[in-house]
Amino acid sequence: MNDASAAAAAGHGRLALPTLFRPWAWRLSAGAAPYVLLAPAMLVLAGVLLYPLASLLALSFQHYGLRQLIAHSGEWVGLDNYTTVLRDGFFWKVVLRSTAFAAVNVALTMVVGTLMALLLERVHRPVRVLLTAGLVLVWATPVVVAVDLWQWMFDFEFGVMNWLLTHLGIGNYIHHNWFANPLEGFAVITVVVVWGALPFVVITLSAGLSQVPRDLIEAAEVDGANPLHVFWFVVAPILRPVFVILATLSTIWDFKVFDQVWIMLNQRPAADYFLLGIYSFSESFRVTQYGLGAALAVILVLLLAIAWLSSCS
Amino acid sequence: MIFPIYWMVSTAFKPGREILTLNPVWIPLRPTLDNFAGAIAQPFFWNDVVNSALIVSATVVIAIALAFLAALAVARFRFRGRAAVLAMVIGVQMVPLSALVIPIFLFWDSLELVDTLLAVVLTYLAFVLPFVIWTLRGFIVNVPVEMEEQAMTDGCSRTGAFFRIVFPLVAPGLVATAVYAFIQAWNEYLIAYVLLRSGAHQTVTVWLASFTTSHGTDWGGLMAGATLTGLPVVIFFLALQRYIASGLTAGAVKG
Repeated sequence: MNDASAAAAAGHGRLALPTLFRPWAWRLSAGAAPYVLLAPAMLVLAGVLLYPLASLLALSFQHYGLRQLIAHSGEWVGLDNYTTVLRDGFFWKVVLRSTAFAAVNVALTMVVGTLMALLLERVHRPVRVLLTAGLVLVWATPVVVAVDLWQWMFDFEFGVMNWLLTHLGIGNYIHHNWFANPLEGFAVITVVVVWGALPFVVITLSAGLSQVPRDLIEAAEVDGANPLHVFWFVVAPILRPVFVILATLSTIWDFKVFDQVWIMLNQRPAADYFLLGIYSFSESFRVTQYGLGAALAVILVLLLAIAWLSSCS
Repeated sequence: MIFPIYWMVSTAFKPGREILTLNPVWIPLRPTLDNFAGAIAQPFFWNDVVNSALIVSATVVIAIALAFLAALAVARFRFRGRAAVLAMVIGVQMVPLSALVIPIFLFWDSLELVDTLLAVVLTYLAFVLPFVIWTLRGFIVNVPVEMEEQAMTDGCSRTGAFFRIVFPLVAPGLVATAVYAFIQAWNEYLIAYVLLRSGAHQTVTVWLASFTTSHGTDWGGLMAGATLTGLPVVIFFLALQRYIASGLTAGAVKG
């Protein structure tokens, strides 16, 4: 199918035979070649991804504490971990918090990203090159570095953000501790996450924008559409697939946010800052209840799968 | 967007008096390298830089080699189980690292390979391979089989046709995916944090994340450390930027 379309694109002007019937491909497919080529990669994936995935599932049905860790074998307890987790009010709080966090972050990323991409399309070329270079710089910044620099920006004593907010007349933020109140703490974390996510979204969207036919937009303008209408009725429908992909990816990324919270709170986040990933991790490595942690991780994977499937349909 | 990065770099060059001030000093008035010297003098800095370099280069080289072969198989051959392989390659990308870190830790722990670079490299491989295979597949698919066949009728062997025709056309994809693997491996924090327990075996990101706790809050030193940690990625990224942009979109969308 792919080869056929590639051949058609190459413009040979003749009907491309399905790959299966070409003598060349036929000869190759007979051998063991593909399996030999695949073997090394599949071996690694099976060993370090599929096997752990299976053992994660198995682990979630076991009691696996410190003693089991030393003995290298868990104790089967059936669905106990899941019932413990699902009965716990704190778990539901964390699920709700993770969902709200992901929703806010995805929405902000998409809206700000779209606005920036539209802006990028309208500025002059040298400005655009400069802005794109800035985006790439942000894109290349490692998460750990990003968290550290935002920690400094929002430092309660000498942070530049407190100074800026105060001098812009937004309020008195001198010596304001952003992490005393989890809601404000999450606002800072949201800034870090969205800031880090924007470059990819903006660059992908501007690539999409450049594909929108000019004459369509001009035709709409001739017909009296204002810029808002042009975007809403002409550009947005064309970009719909790009929007869907970006929103799906962002949902997955923002739902499993870990590093930003973990490092921002100096590797000791309080329970008020637990998102699902953090909760699962501390349950395992802090409380050494690997079984419970695994059950939480399985639930996280299931929620991601649901989010993914619902965006696909 | 760019101001935070400017602020990080400029703080790194400021003497203490210009950092710890209630009214921000916008431009370093007396630029100094003291913060960098302080960051480099931190315990394990060079150890961890070497570890990161070793882990990253091993991951990139092995990942590209393995993924290229695998991509070749799924792009150029029809065989039983091909659909299953493709489905798996896409499916596993959904699984978050933070969910798998528990069984991965227990797995390496049972093999007594915790705190070794080998365990980290193999783990990173598994996490970058799906994306790299998928992207390279897109590139190989985009090279018409007819071009290879043409070369073979002109007297090339199958391998010869492959290396003369397909390989050059796929090169941007190799560069783009190598950059991807480089960035993933260099930036990764959680797996390294869990698997590498001793200071001398850690990577730069783990070193940087623990900077605050080991030294109070030395903002100048922390920003210098952060700048140094970010620098290789930025250089690599900027140097190869045009390949990345064209490479990732060309490989990812088609197929």
